[in-house]
Formats: sequence, C-alpha cells, structure tokens
Amino acid sequence: MENNQYLDDLKDIRRMMNQSTQFLSLSGLAGILAGCYSLIGAFVAKQILNEHRGYYVTLESTTFRNIVLIALGVLVLSIVTAMALTFSKAKKNNESFWNTSSKRLLLNFLIPLGTGGIFCLLLLRHQVYGLIAPVTLIFYGLACVNASKYTMGDVRYLGLSITILGLICTEFSGYGLYFWALGFGVCHIIYGSIMYYKYDLKRANN
Amino acid sequence: MLIDPVKNIIQNINKAFDHRIRLGIMSILMVNESADFGTLKELLGTTDGNLASHAKALEVENYIVVEKQFIGRKPNTSYKATKSGREAFEAHIDAIEKLIRKS
Repeated sequence: MENNQYLDDLKDIRRMMNQSTQFLSLSGLAGILAGCYSLIGAFVAKQILNEHRGYYVTLESTTFRNIVLIALGVLVLSIVTAMALTFSKAKKNNESFWNTSSKRLLLNFLIPLGTGGIFCLLLLRHQVYGLIAPVTLIFYGLACVNASKYTMGDVRYLGLSITILGLICTEFSGYGLYFWALGFGVCHIIYGSIMYYKYDLKRANN
Repeated sequence: MLIDPVKNIIQNINKAFDHRIRLGIMSILMVNESADFGTLKELLGTTDGNLASHAKALEVENYIVVEKQFIGRKPNTSYKATKSGREAFEAHIDAIEKLIRKS
C-alpha cells in the first residue's frame, strides 16, 4: 500500500519535471505537411528553372523573384499549419498554447534561426549565393537541435540530419534545390511521421 | 552504534513534501530556475488559495523563496528553490527510492 503511494509520488515528480520544461503539443502532422509543401515548392521551382533561358539566374530576373515568392509561400504555409495544428493539439492535451515552456521552446528555436537568417542576408549582400542553400539548412538544423531540449527528443535527430545534409550540400554547390527538397521536404516527412505514430496515434488510441 | 536501516530511511522521508501539491512545486522548481504563480497553478491544476497555502508551508521551511515584483503594472509572484530545499528534496527522493527497492 505505502509503496504504491511512493511509486505514484515518483511518477508525479517525473511528470512534473517533464511537463514544466518541455512543450509536448508539437504536432507530427504539421511536420509531414510542411515536408509536403517543401517538396511541391521545390518541384515548382525546378520547373521555373527549367524554363529559364540562359545559364545564370540574376537577382533582378523574374525567375529569381518567383523562386523567392515560392520559398516565402512554403514558409508562411508551414508556419500557419504548424500553429493551427499545435493550437488544436494543445487544446486537446489541456496544455495552454502560450505558456512558459512554449515560449522557451520558441525563443531557443529562433536564436540560431534568426542568426542564420541574418547571415543569409549578409551573404546575399556580399553576393555569395552558392552558400545560401547550405547555410539555411545548417542553421535550421542547429535551431532544431537547440529547441529539442524543450520538446520531444525526436526533434534533435531531425536537426542533426538536416545539419549534416547542409554540410554535404556545401560541397555540391549548384544542387542546392535538391538538398533543400531532401532536408526540408523528406526529413520533415520522415520525422513528422515518426512523431505522428509515436505520440498522436498512441494518444488517440488510449 | 547500531542503526536500524529501515528506520534510518524513514527519517529521511520528509513530511514537508508529503503532499501532492508540495511535491509538485518542488519538482518543478528543481528543473526550472524559477516559476511564477500562474505557471505553477496551471501545471498543478489547483486553486489560488490551495497553491498559496502549500507554497507558504515550503517557504516557512526555507525550501523556497518568494520574489514579488512588478512586470509593467502587473504584480508578479515567482518562486525559486533554495539550496537547502534542493538538498532536502534530493534526500527525500533518495529515501523513497530506497524504500521501494527494499520491498
């Protein structure tokens, strides 16, 4: 009898420690969808590039503008999807969407990501276009690794995979789009599915 | 000197932590530098009065300290575990673990 009570105490302690430091309402489905948007975006960008006449894509060309628009579209769509799904999952879990742990998660995600974003703008300014693709992958990957301490551990491996892809990508300039599709598309779909099966489906069955 | 091992363990079971809310407060403060009243309330799923009285009990034992400040114009109460609170809580968990292992 007494022992059971102490076992429950230990379980409570563990649950409180986890819940107060980790935001567990991230949705795996959001990862899968973000991956799909990226793949579609990469496919459309590839079509545009194929139609582009001439070898070089200049900054002023409509081709470049369209590709930037696609990238921004994918980004906005992914963020909106992630927010909406996370919001509904948090509601289901009775966890509030905007609490200390979600704020901490977001802040620690945004520090490396913001640094990477600024770094990319500086690269553009110095016309080092070849490094844009690897730098976005590497910094996004590191942002995931950094944020993983405050959410499910799987995000850590997603981050590591994308960081490694970014490093490999550095050696294959000119294939940035393929690495983007692989990193932001395929990696997100794989890890999103793992998280979806591990957390979302399991909860639904209980 | 002979010490009864089971009795020795039970001495380390700390009465101050013998309640779900107090146990919860300490668990949260062990892994967070500090936590404010609202966060604790949400995580523990309790009422203002209940949380305040349990926090007070831990404060009296010198296991936690209360910091009151203003964020803008809103008063904000936050809690931190003290060094002695951390030590006492670790001893408490060790004692529980030993008790469970004994049986």
